[in-house]
Amino acid sequence: MSKKIDGITKESTQEMIDNALEIYPDKAKKKRVPHLAPNEGEGACVKSNRKTIPGVMSARGCAYAGAKGVVWGPIRDMVHVSHGPVGCGYYSWGTRRNLMSGINGVNQFAMQFTSDFQEKDIVYGGDKKLKTLLQEAKDLFPLAKGISVLSECPVGLIGDDINSVAKASAKELDIPIIPCNCEGFRGVSQSLGHHISNDTIRDYIIETREFPEPIGPYDIALIGEYNIGGDAWSTKPLLEECGFNVKSVWTGDGEMDKIAATHQVKLNVIHCYRSMNYMCKVMEEKYGIPWIELNFFGPTKIRNSLRKLAELFDDNIKEKVEAVIAKYDPLMQAVIDEYKPRLDGKKVMLYVGGLRPRHTVNAYEDLGMAVVGSGYEFAHGDDYERTSPEMPEATVIYDDITEYEFEQFADTLKPDLIGSGIKEKYLFQKMGIPFRQMHSWDYSGPYHGYLGFPTFARDVDMAINSPTWNLVKSPF
Amino acid sequence: MANNLGLAVKPVTETPVEEVERVAAWINTEEYKEKNFARTSLVINPAHACQPLGAELAAHGFEGSLPFVHGSQGCASYYRSTMNRHFREPAPAVSDSMTEDGAVFGGQNNLHEALENAYALYKPKMMPIFTSCMPEIIGDDLTAFIKNAKNKGCVPQDFPLPYANTPSFNGSHVHGYDAMLLSILQTLTEGKAVEGRCTGKLNLIAGFDANTGNYREYKRILKEFGIPYTLLADISETFDSPLDGHYRIYPGGTKLDDAADSINGKATIALGSYSTAKTFTWLKDTYSGKHVSMPMPFGIAKTDAFLMKISDLFGKPVPESLKAERGRAVDLMTDAHQYIHGKKFAVYGDPDYLLGYVSFLLEMGAVPYHILCSKGTKKLEKEIQALLDGSMYGKEGKIYINKDLWHLRSLVMTDPVDAMIGETHGKFAARDAKIPLFRFGFPIFDRVNLHRVPLIGYQGVLNMLATICNKFIEITDETCDDRHFEMMR
Repeated sequence: MSKKIDGITKESTQEMIDNALEIYPDKAKKKRVPHLAPNEGEGACVKSNRKTIPGVMSARGCAYAGAKGVVWGPIRDMVHVSHGPVGCGYYSWGTRRNLMSGINGVNQFAMQFTSDFQEKDIVYGGDKKLKTLLQEAKDLFPLAKGISVLSECPVGLIGDDINSVAKASAKELDIPIIPCNCEGFRGVSQSLGHHISNDTIRDYIIETREFPEPIGPYDIALIGEYNIGGDAWSTKPLLEECGFNVKSVWTGDGEMDKIAATHQVKLNVIHCYRSMNYMCKVMEEKYGIPWIELNFFGPTKIRNSLRKLAELFDDNIKEKVEAVIAKYDPLMQAVIDEYKPRLDGKKVMLYVGGLRPRHTVNAYEDLGMAVVGSGYEFAHGDDYERTSPEMPEATVIYDDITEYEFEQFADTLKPDLIGSGIKEKYLFQKMGIPFRQMHSWDYSGPYHGYLGFPTFARDVDMAINSPTWNLVKSPF
Repeated sequence: MANNLGLAVKPVTETPVEEVERVAAWINTEEYKEKNFARTSLVINPAHACQPLGAELAAHGFEGSLPFVHGSQGCASYYRSTMNRHFREPAPAVSDSMTEDGAVFGGQNNLHEALENAYALYKPKMMPIFTSCMPEIIGDDLTAFIKNAKNKGCVPQDFPLPYANTPSFNGSHVHGYDAMLLSILQTLTEGKAVEGRCTGKLNLIAGFDANTGNYREYKRILKEFGIPYTLLADISETFDSPLDGHYRIYPGGTKLDDAADSINGKATIALGSYSTAKTFTWLKDTYSGKHVSMPMPFGIAKTDAFLMKISDLFGKPVPESLKAERGRAVDLMTDAHQYIHGKKFAVYGDPDYLLGYVSFLLEMGAVPYHILCSKGTKKLEKEIQALLDGSMYGKEGKIYINKDLWHLRSLVMTDPVDAMIGETHGKFAARDAKIPLFRFGFPIFDRVNLHRVPLIGYQGVLNMLATICNKFIEITDETCDDRHFEMMR
């Protein structure tokens, strides 16, 4: 059964797209056309994972951002060295909201470690410096379980060999040191950084640790959960309440040892498919661990997800899952009863990364809202295939949208809320459109799980119904 | 069993609580501090960013100007986000999205395509181009690329495309600001010098400063004087535009014509000698009229000097209104001195701001105790030392150049102070030391509106002093026992 939005047809959406592209030079227009389309309900409606057109104001990041910010950075008990000049590590320092337990600088390292390349390092190479700084990191942070070395652009360009340095130092210091060749110029977006990082987990981490206790039938790992605003502190206890032992979380509030022993679990539950499907597939092939993709946004999807998960297990789990659903359903209904009257019929546009452009659609619908446009910064075809069935008929799907197109679409669709990133936030707020940052939960959260939904609902209501919006137009 | 690292498979272990506690105590010790200061290669929590960030700030300061990053698109996203988070405002900028093939063939094709697209989509009046790492390393020849772009018609022949090399492996954001500003002024003023012409204006270069309130304050001061001016790289409207339901991509900035005519100015003052050094060196041989490089006007003495310089350059007395403002600032200083006198501060940040903090604190009889700049020079050290030497409250001050905020943490844990002054990144050290952090620098990611609160001039003295003293009073109220919880403070 496909959802429909009043006034949105395939023709109206196509006309909006055509209008937005009118201004482009021919070559650029030709390149953009396949990335924008009305939703067809199935399959990938748009092309994706292609180079960004130069000069268009894209929201995309780079491979380093995908490696440092997304995959490696959240592992709390490792030192993550941004190897190269000072900037990359500086900009990605504390700006993703992957919260961490532990004591900063003692057994938790949410800090900015950098080799701070200078001209001489470019000329003579930075390998020696790297060797020294690894020793310094080990000496100053004795409780660090490992060190990741995340290459910035210059490292690959000058031909440094961080892999040999890492290998030698790992032996000498007797801790895992993971070289990650995630230079920002590689690939077309953050996405390649995720893939490269998954590969380094495969090559250097997985299977290097083992759980001392025997493995049980309900031992699972939670993959692609980054603990934004404390999400993992909602989803992990939820899964535990359902009777599972969550042996490791990748990589939100992550612990290196547990990640390294994940090859022992019985099932991988993946939330952000885009950034970690690679390792799920590796673990499936290599260790025979099945994986299941779930959605923890909004009561409908949570309920479906938990039941889908229970299907893979015995009656013990099934009963617990039903009990959990029975416990939370009324609480969630109370949230809906409170907010739905104020949000019913409101329209949302989304433009985010990872899983959110599809996973959050139903959470808005739980509140009576409709998503009238959605897209990803760095998705691939399989993400868009998963998105089509979630989105209402003929709504606009956009890949690597330019700020210009986004502005045009918003101007036409007049959404009541836009969920996107910090670079987009203030532009739309100036237009008088309520906005929530949906990468970082806008300094709120968690949004995942039953614990997250009331916060999500409150924030959406707060954004849309803040009386401040009534003051945008001056009376004179 | 071994793996790629050649390490044995080990059991998953949890660090024992006692071990965590031991290390947690150890990192606060003198022994750790020594070890920490012995570091030669690892930089931890530096309080500076890379050159292109500063270049982008300068580029945002002109009318219709679209900052253009020649390099990887990820770089542009990082700079923009930093601006967005600090100002809570849009920061439109483009990049030419260089990727692997750019590394092989150079970035000319990307640059040309990007200029054409950005020009069509965002209709800028100028695109200041600055580089991130990649083109710097492969050695792209921007001069040739830009000439070719114009010949190819990517943008009109007369379209201003200033460009600056801003390698991230050299200097910090303040140097990128300087390089970009220099190039913008060189480009805009080219051929604009007119023999005998004088605009009668003061050109005021603000220096790297991400406080829109300061820019508005400069303008107000000059208005009080009744002196016509051109404020160069004026970001005050760019990053402080009204919310009225209409998005303006270029809401402000120095008018390009005014910037072009600045070469015929009556006088030019470049504030912040560490972020305007190159620009000043160039303009003092190029611009007409008088040229002065001076510190940002933080505190009374530096503001006095600034106003007297303006008065001197234009032969106009300092207006009574500003004299009265001075009096009010001094009035507060005497009223409030008891809450700050003798208090020790750790201060860190950009060189020009640091000089301001130090002189302001010394004027109050407060003690700038740990003074740290994570990207500075011997010259800066000497200049700060001279300030310290000029006051009995400077005797205890110690300067740390090219040390980072992890060093600063060791300092405040082993040799405590009452408060810190800096920017957001110091909040971890401040929390560990259980002292307040006054956010006067850039960037500020965790408080609202502070970028609008002026810190320069007499008004800045009022703002800084009220913030600091009221916080100390609040701490007394929050921490004193009941017997000492009093109505008056």
